[in-house]
Amino acid sequence: MYLLHGENITCGYDTVDILSECSVGVRKGEIASIVGPNGAGKSTAMKSIFGLLKIRLGKILLDNEDITNLLPQERVLKGMGYVPQTNNIFPTLSVQENLEMGAFIQHEDFSDILDYVYDLFPVLREKRNQQAGELSGGQRQQVAVGRALMTKPKVLMLDEPSAGVSPIVMESLFQKIIEIAQQGTAVLMVEQNAKQALEISDLGFVLNQGKNLYTGTGKALLSNKEVIQSFLGG
Amino acid sequence: MQDKQHIILLFLSMFILIAFVGFFQSWNLALTIFNLCIISSIMSLGINIQWGNAGIVNFGVMGFAALGGLANIIVSMPPTAKAWDAGAIYILIGIIIFILSIIFSILVWLKSGLSKKKKYIINFLLIILGYFLMRYIIDSPIKAIESIEPAKTGYLGGLDLPVIISWPIGGLLAALIAYVIGKISLGLRSDYLAIATLGISEIIIYILKNEDWLSRGVKNVNGLPRPVPYEIELQSEPWVLELTKFFNIPVSEISSILVKLSYSCIFLLILIGILLLLEIAQKSPWGRMMRAIRDNEVSANAMGKDIKTRHLQVFVIGSSIIGIAGAMLTTLDGQFTPVTYQPLRFTFLIWIMVIIGGSGNNFGSIIGGFLIWFFWVQSEPLGLWFISQITTHISDTNIIKGHLLENAAHIKLMFMGMILLITLRFAPKGLIPEVKR
Amino acid sequence: MEFLNSFILITNYIIIPGLTYGSQLALGALGITIVYTVLRFSNFAHGELMSFGTMSTILLTWIFIDSNIKFGTFPTAIIVLPFSIIFTIIYCLLVDKFVFKFYRQQKSKSVIVLIVSIGVMFFTGGLIRFIIGPGDKNFMDGERFILKAKDFKMLTGLDEGLTIKSTQFVTIILTILLVILLFWFLNKTKTGKSMRAYSDNQELALLSGINPERIVLITWIITGTLACVAGTLYGLDKSYKPFTYLHLVLPIFAAAIVGGVGNPIGAIIGGFVISFSELLITFAYKKFFFYILPNNFLPDGLLQILSTDYKIAVSFIILVLVLLIKPTGIYKGKIIK
Repeated sequence: MYLLHGENITCGYDTVDILSECSVGVRKGEIASIVGPNGAGKSTAMKSIFGLLKIRLGKILLDNEDITNLLPQERVLKGMGYVPQTNNIFPTLSVQENLEMGAFIQHEDFSDILDYVYDLFPVLREKRNQQAGELSGGQRQQVAVGRALMTKPKVLMLDEPSAGVSPIVMESLFQKIIEIAQQGTAVLMVEQNAKQALEISDLGFVLNQGKNLYTGTGKALLSNKEVIQSFLGG
Repeated sequence: MQDKQHIILLFLSMFILIAFVGFFQSWNLALTIFNLCIISSIMSLGINIQWGNAGIVNFGVMGFAALGGLANIIVSMPPTAKAWDAGAIYILIGIIIFILSIIFSILVWLKSGLSKKKKYIINFLLIILGYFLMRYIIDSPIKAIESIEPAKTGYLGGLDLPVIISWPIGGLLAALIAYVIGKISLGLRSDYLAIATLGISEIIIYILKNEDWLSRGVKNVNGLPRPVPYEIELQSEPWVLELTKFFNIPVSEISSILVKLSYSCIFLLILIGILLLLEIAQKSPWGRMMRAIRDNEVSANAMGKDIKTRHLQVFVIGSSIIGIAGAMLTTLDGQFTPVTYQPLRFTFLIWIMVIIGGSGNNFGSIIGGFLIWFFWVQSEPLGLWFISQITTHISDTNIIKGHLLENAAHIKLMFMGMILLITLRFAPKGLIPEVKR
Repeated sequence: MEFLNSFILITNYIIIPGLTYGSQLALGALGITIVYTVLRFSNFAHGELMSFGTMSTILLTWIFIDSNIKFGTFPTAIIVLPFSIIFTIIYCLLVDKFVFKFYRQQKSKSVIVLIVSIGVMFFTGGLIRFIIGPGDKNFMDGERFILKAKDFKMLTGLDEGLTIKSTQFVTIILTILLVILLFWFLNKTKTGKSMRAYSDNQELALLSGINPERIVLITWIITGTLACVAGTLYGLDKSYKPFTYLHLVLPIFAAAIVGGVGNPIGAIIGGFVISFSELLITFAYKKFFFYILPNNFLPDGLLQILSTDYKIAVSFIILVLVLLIKPTGIYKGKIIK
């Protein structure tokens, strides 16, 4: 039973379908990764699930509730957090203000979540009064993830979290993602670095040309010869 | 074919509008409007080649037009003999020294391997030094020149050549300044470029207003020579008297109509000439490349097209067209009055013409120039008429009515704003849209 | 003693007028900067918005004076301000609704919106002249001076007098108050922060649940307030003539760009840079040196770097220089494509 489930999604831009009958999902407390070659429709899948792109067919379920027709902002209120691949912070706002903006939609006190984020990313607490745009790439990514966590989402969606950061930073970022999942938040992410992503994933979806090619546990996919050959570079 | 009919229809309606003025107001007025319409059209052509073809925002129309006006003085006024005795040559030397100091500092900036901080300091010192050296050299000759019969001359004067030469010279002068401006500011983003050109044009006007030795400043230069005969001369010509009898109009009026008509003919020739040249240029590979750059700067850049040079070319050409038109305008006025150069009338109104006419289409710019100038002049009486119509039932002694009638003339600004906003909103391509070639 | 005299001279002719004019420019530049960062276009109509605000103040001042409501020794215009601000805001919102909103929804290029703002400039300019006429309007009342030169000389025994006009005093005080209020709003309130967030990253702001129409509304409220106060203070200090406000746009743009467009602190700094350079470059230093140099060293001439006729041109020269040398301004501003 998926917590977040995109079921048989068909969508695209104008008349061209990028995704056709594609299904992805993630269970509570688990990590799921969407991998595949360039142009497979990975980011499109994320956008359509979050409501940034209208889907033509299929539906999106969150906790068994149909959210297909909700606006992105409304999905945030329902418990989804989304970290875009680029432009995912407010560069001239301070780190703390960035996080506060994440909780903009909520009206209750969020100091405990703020503490949670700062505990997760101690470096952000240290630099909380600095402009987010002045931080390093990895720290900016932490701000972006932290911002999305501020609504205490049931599901956190990450679009290529490791884009543009060094391997060491990526490693520590993935460590944080595991921690987030262990706290009970489901994580659905799209990754270019398929191998590393599948290593930490409970579930993996290999997409190709907008279709599900393989679905299975991270371990199973990593030992699948065809997957290795075609998508993980031997 | 539809397009051609559309264009012809628009121009016909325009001429009918002007003819209306001739029949119902006076032919003198109609011709005045017509001549200024042509000049406005030429200015819009200058902006159109920059904005419509290359996407360059030039808000410096006022400055280039004024430079054209200055060319009139330099070319056609008689030289002030005493001024040259008073040390005019020192002014030239002083200015050259200042320009040299600027050129030298640019060289330091580009060529020397010094640190940035040192460059700033050296450049600052160089320019300050050049400036004060110039002031030291030119201050007293300027004083001397400006005190030579200040009520009549008090300036250098010109070269005493036929005034018509000042038109191409005006174009050249504008082109020269445009080259300098373009060289330094075309790299800016569009809205910064707009503000920069506006600022530079204001600086040009300030110089013309205050450097009396050059342009007599706010004392104006009156009595510029004409390329056409004077009314007085015509009035004694037998054939003119014949015409007077034939049409049964006073001789003063017919002579002034004849003078205006001859201006119209010359102006029309120039307008057609410029239009032809621009059309040829636009159809050429050069024009196609310009539009390719405008539509997609990134890919044009990737294809190795030298955008900066192209933009500079088009900026210089467009500005020199404005310079020519500015020179023609000053000749038509017969005087050079720096205070009349206002951004509203010279820069923004021309922009309205280009947008209304249709950015990217030369015929559009011409019709825009005609139409907007026509309404700019005529909306004052129209506004007055409109206000008096809606207030006919209010007694003449009513304060509000008096106030409304008094300020009716300003409806024209509102009217222009409305036309621009409505066009941008509902017909952003203008009256004659750009032809996709 | 001589040194004190020269100091008073500079204070009287440069520091106080510079602070006053700089405050007016700073308030104007803040308006331009806020529209630029949030709504993403260069608003050429801002000068006319200031003029509109001033006109509202003048009309209301006349009504107030007629009904004998005055503000003691200070100009009546000051107590009128809250009301004229409301008029200006309403006008801004109407213009936005009928004009700018469309282009925002179309996501038009900023240069197109710039040209649209020129249409608004024409229209507003015409409307103002239609309502109040093109002539000079003086709406200054109350005590003209807080400190008169004569009194100052008597008090201190110095040769140089120091005058402080009440308009100068009011300008500086009101600017300080308004700037503090603005910065408190932008940095401390949730709405202010969301406005900055929106200007930083529109898409992300939408995802965070920030309502763009509300941001636009607040932007115009702030812009209208700043424009009205800046225009009124300028009109009080100099005089009100619709024509001059058109020409005020360029020094204001200069201030905004010099400071770094998109940066509110930059706008304020820029305002003072412009005002002080105008004064410093066109000030005749002869008398200053008369106090501090021995008499036989005193050179001829007024010792002016540039004649006073070029006062406003100085701001354009600085503007052009800054655009050429450092287009991002003193404080790095935002670049909007």
